Amino acid sequence: MNPQKIRNVVGNYIFILPAALLFFTFSLYPFAKVFQLSITNWDGISPEMNYVGLANFKDLLFDNPVFWLSMRNAFFVTLLALVVQNLLALFLALICDREIKGGNVYRVIFYLPPVLSGIVVGLIWNWIYDGSYGLLNHFLTFIGLGDLARAWLSDSKTALISVAVIHMWKGFGWGFVILLAGLQSIPRELYEAARVDGANAWVVFRSITAPLMIPVFILVSILTILGTMQIFDIIIATTGGGPGYHTEVPITRIVSTMIGNSKFGYACAMGVVFGLILLAISMVQIRVSKMMRQV
Amino acid sequence: MSDREEAFDTLAKRYTEETGVPVKFELYAPSEAYAQRVKASAQTNTLPDVFGVLGEKRDFASFINSGYVSELTPDLVANEPGKTTGTWESVLFEKALNVNRFTEGNEYNVKPGVYGIPLDVMTIQMVYNKSLYEKAGLDPNVPPATWEEFMEHGRILKTKGIPGFVSGFGEIWMIDAFASNFAMNLMGQDKVFDTYRGKVAYTDPDWVRVLSLFKEMTENGLFVDGTVTMVNKTAEQTFANGRAAYAFNGSWCINVYKGMNPGLNYGAMLPPKVASTNPMLIWGGAGSSFVVNAKSTRREAAVKFLRWLTDAPQQSYLAEQTVNLPSNKNSLKQIPPVLAQFADDMENTTHPNVYPVHESPVVSEAFDKGIQSILIGEKTPEAVAAEVQKAKEKESRK
Repeated sequence: MNPQKIRNVVGNYIFILPAALLFFTFSLYPFAKVFQLSITNWDGISPEMNYVGLANFKDLLFDNPVFWLSMRNAFFVTLLALVVQNLLALFLALICDREIKGGNVYRVIFYLPPVLSGIVVGLIWNWIYDGSYGLLNHFLTFIGLGDLARAWLSDSKTALISVAVIHMWKGFGWGFVILLAGLQSIPRELYEAARVDGANAWVVFRSITAPLMIPVFILVSILTILGTMQIFDIIIATTGGGPGYHTEVPITRIVSTMIGNSKFGYACAMGVVFGLILLAISMVQIRVSKMMRQV
Repeated sequence: MSDREEAFDTLAKRYTEETGVPVKFELYAPSEAYAQRVKASAQTNTLPDVFGVLGEKRDFASFINSGYVSELTPDLVANEPGKTTGTWESVLFEKALNVNRFTEGNEYNVKPGVYGIPLDVMTIQMVYNKSLYEKAGLDPNVPPATWEEFMEHGRILKTKGIPGFVSGFGEIWMIDAFASNFAMNLMGQDKVFDTYRGKVAYTDPDWVRVLSLFKEMTENGLFVDGTVTMVNKTAEQTFANGRAAYAFNGSWCINVYKGMNPGLNYGAMLPPKVASTNPMLIWGGAGSSFVVNAKSTRREAAVKFLRWLTDAPQQSYLAEQTVNLPSNKNSLKQIPPVLAQFADDMENTTHPNVYPVHESPVVSEAFDKGIQSILIGEKTPEAVAAEVQKAKEKESRK
């Protein structure tokens, strides 16, 4: 290799060095460290870490039903968010995509919930869901449905759905903003041409909007899945994972194992397994999106 | 702790003026954030000269065994500087000191001794609303002493439309504290400890009875709606606003209620006795404690500061400003009347930190979550007892 070529290669590596260093320091090293801790029984305090092999993983995979219950709860909320939250976001984005009066005001209003802290949102909804003095029960009684009134967050039948509603209320604004940006990137001429050809609103949506929005739908659904599976702050502010284990999710289990039970090593194993599950979901989704684009 | 920031800053300033030694308090909220911060500081060797250890006794033991906490026994038994009598230990409440004490043969293999200085003293017990008692036609000066009376008073309150009991049962340690009061009363300390040792099963009738008490309270409509997942701050608001006749809370609640409703007319009471064979033991002892960093180069200065902080004038000032029970016995004469009611129950206190044996947190969680399931009518006491025993057996095999 001649000196010029070496200079070029070294020069190229120097350019990527800052990014590579940041990636190594803040992504690769922490992940490697978490994996290293996951095969120990470290308590988070002691300088000593005893190697336990794959014992944490074995226990987690085969003898920890609560963790898998928490995973099921997170999947349930995610499914609701994927369907209800994103449909609502799409519906509102479609409305705001038209030239409607006060469109910018609506955009700001819809984007308000996502910028609020999860804890604040949780406290607001605690008040709405309160069994004795809650706004929801008051409203239900007012419209003659007082029989449905209950302590929404303390009832095993409604606790998880109630938490999911809070999460969707807080999260739909993100999807709305991204979907609206996607809608606005579609050339208007396509719509005009379709209308000239006599296409109705449904045909326009099915034949123009939906196909061109597929990459945006994929992005929104990946963000929804990753964001919802990691739901935590709203649960801490509302139910603490209760009643019983009805609103436990993986992150609440990881935190209580790490801080409450001082099983840092075991909590890291939970983190590794949970991370791998999220990675697998994302990979599947990316693969599906590629297939859909080819179709 | 962050509600005491102003008082701490005043004391720090006063100490610097008196001695020339600069002192800075750093307070964190919520407590979980502080616990994580201290653990992270330990890993990076950046612990301050004086700090607090939050969590259970095993965490405290781990800090000591890892060489982060200095033993304070020699300082506690030494005479006051320049005097031949009066040790530091003698002015502090023994029960509060015991929370920071490790005895011979302790399960964590910590060298016997005292490792922390209590800054204040607390009890966790019940309070009742005297105005609501009057409204229900009950004697406001006679709270229920037995379980039967408690149920009877609850029924009377309910007929008058007055909500009964509230607590932060969404924070499951509060369920643990409440249940353990009844367990200690019903079966005595030894049987409770034998359960932790694995010699008595959770399916024992006494444990099932403890769990059944929660079912009884639920069936009698004693709980305020939503108590099962309520955070303690909301429970405190509920009681302070007169929306519950009873609350289970710590003595810190006096300051909280004072802020929320200065006119609240309430009194302290022990949880009602279920049996007369054993005393009703409530959780109590040291509220907040400070430890000295074993690796600090200013150990002696840190100990001197703690000694000053627990002297009567400073303790009286803290009691007055923060409405917490002082850890110095000599400051007890100057506390408000309602605080004195909590202080009167100090002799009935025990604390998990003074237990000779401890339950696995996994089992405790199964027990507390099981009680939540009873409260929502999802499981029977027998079913919960069987599940907790299963968790216990699984933990014992490890």
